[in-house]
Amino acid sequence: MSPRFLLGEIWTGIRRNASMTVSVVLVTMVSMYLLGLGLLAQRQADTMKGYWYDRVQVSIYLCTDNSSRPNCGTGAVTEEQKSTLLTQLEALPEVKQVFYESEEEAYSRFQDQFRNSPLAGNIQVGDIPQSYRVQLEDPSRFGVVVSQFEGAAGVAYVQDQERVLNRFFTVINYITLFSVLLAALMVLAAILLMATTIRQSAFSRRREIGIMRLVGASNFTIRVPFVIETLIAAVLGALLAFGLLWATVHYIFSRFLNQVVLDQALIGDSDVFAVAPLMFAGVVALAVLTSTVTLWRYLRV
Amino acid sequence: MIRFENVVKKYPRGTRPALDRVSVEVERGEFAFVVGPSGSGKSTMLRLVMREETPTSGTVLVAGHDLGAMPLRKVPRLRRQMGVVFQDFRLLPGKTVYQNVAYALQVIGKSSLSIRRVVPETLEMVGLTGMEKRLPHQLSGGEQQRVAIARAVVNKPMILLCDEPTGNLDPAISLEIVRLLERINRTGTTVVMATHNDTIVNDLRRRVIELADGRIVRDDEHGTYMPAS
Repeated sequence: MSPRFLLGEIWTGIRRNASMTVSVVLVTMVSMYLLGLGLLAQRQADTMKGYWYDRVQVSIYLCTDNSSRPNCGTGAVTEEQKSTLLTQLEALPEVKQVFYESEEEAYSRFQDQFRNSPLAGNIQVGDIPQSYRVQLEDPSRFGVVVSQFEGAAGVAYVQDQERVLNRFFTVINYITLFSVLLAALMVLAAILLMATTIRQSAFSRRREIGIMRLVGASNFTIRVPFVIETLIAAVLGALLAFGLLWATVHYIFSRFLNQVVLDQALIGDSDVFAVAPLMFAGVVALAVLTSTVTLWRYLRV
Repeated sequence: MIRFENVVKKYPRGTRPALDRVSVEVERGEFAFVVGPSGSGKSTMLRLVMREETPTSGTVLVAGHDLGAMPLRKVPRLRRQMGVVFQDFRLLPGKTVYQNVAYALQVIGKSSLSIRRVVPETLEMVGLTGMEKRLPHQLSGGEQQRVAIARAVVNKPMILLCDEPTGNLDPAISLEIVRLLERINRTGTTVVMATHNDTIVNDLRRRVIELADGRIVRDDEHGTYMPAS
């Protein structure tokens, strides 16, 4: 079968079945968009984890004069307590690095991070206590540090960044789960719609199919136009989904959220390109499998 | 070329077999009529030769191949060696005369070069030169059947099967169609034509295989046909 003839057959098929083809495109688009959102949410979680794990995992806030923490009854932390704490921290095998952050440094870091937020104006030097910021070899070994330093002299409280972030990651995980579940439903709808479309298309071409069988066209020849039609519609849907996903990330995340939320820890365009191959491979597999099975069931020799 | 050995064909809901212990042979290059009233098993015989059906028991041999034992993937190759013509023409309404004939070659992967050479030849042979660009609905019944015949023989098949090819045509046109089939037969193609058109059978004096209730009741070298009604 010459390529030009094949293209003609495919074009005829798509034209005769235009509304069904459009619906396959749209359903594929929505299902792949949802799947892409799920994957991107997961990448967002990973990005943030990576960002934070590279930085501080545990903050040991020290007592200030006006601290209300029960452990700070004796007033602000003394230089002696500070050096004891530092020695103890550096002696721990779980600890990779320890940074000291003074009140001034804490203030300026906050000002910098929240430069676009109205919060920045309400904070003064001293509002954020001085702290030891501890980077662990293994972020999950946080418990060791807490048990040793919570309640130690001069320590107001120990804060695990991971615990703070975990709440956020739980939300992201739910978003992922929800969008993947929705995507699964949409994929199911896409499969059923593809199958129906192929049957409809086969019915509208029953005369041609009859002639092809009569003159001895191979099964491959009879079936390949249907497979390619389905493939075209599905890939078109995936392309639209990709575009939509890119627009979502580019305009909502990169342009808008990045200004509002902490910078740098957000997914960008490159993440969309990273999930795209998965989406396209999925769509191609879906279209080929669905059409093969449908044709095998409805187009016997 | 075509051999039936004790062939029985029962359809799932049939009360009696459509074909009952039929044994017959059609030689290469022969022209044979299969006659008999409706429901006598003529179409079933042709469908068995095309491998649209398989026998319930017995053997159908075409060009030496046992069709009952033939794997499905080899069926297309078998069908490329035969042409089929029906009472209702079965042309594609959206395609022109030329496209209808070319279609049969395109779908079996012939090169467009050979298609451009063979199709006009075939159209000339069936007497349709000058009508290449017409659509089926712009043709008379006889002309439509000529297109169908052109499509059936364009790939130079060994066997031409005709299922009531003159059923929708008036007597004069019917005779022209059968004369055309005879001409095709003279080029070496085996022709089997199922019909109950007694005038044609009696005019041509060819081999007549008569079926009644699924059995062969007569097989004459230069036979006639007198329908019961």
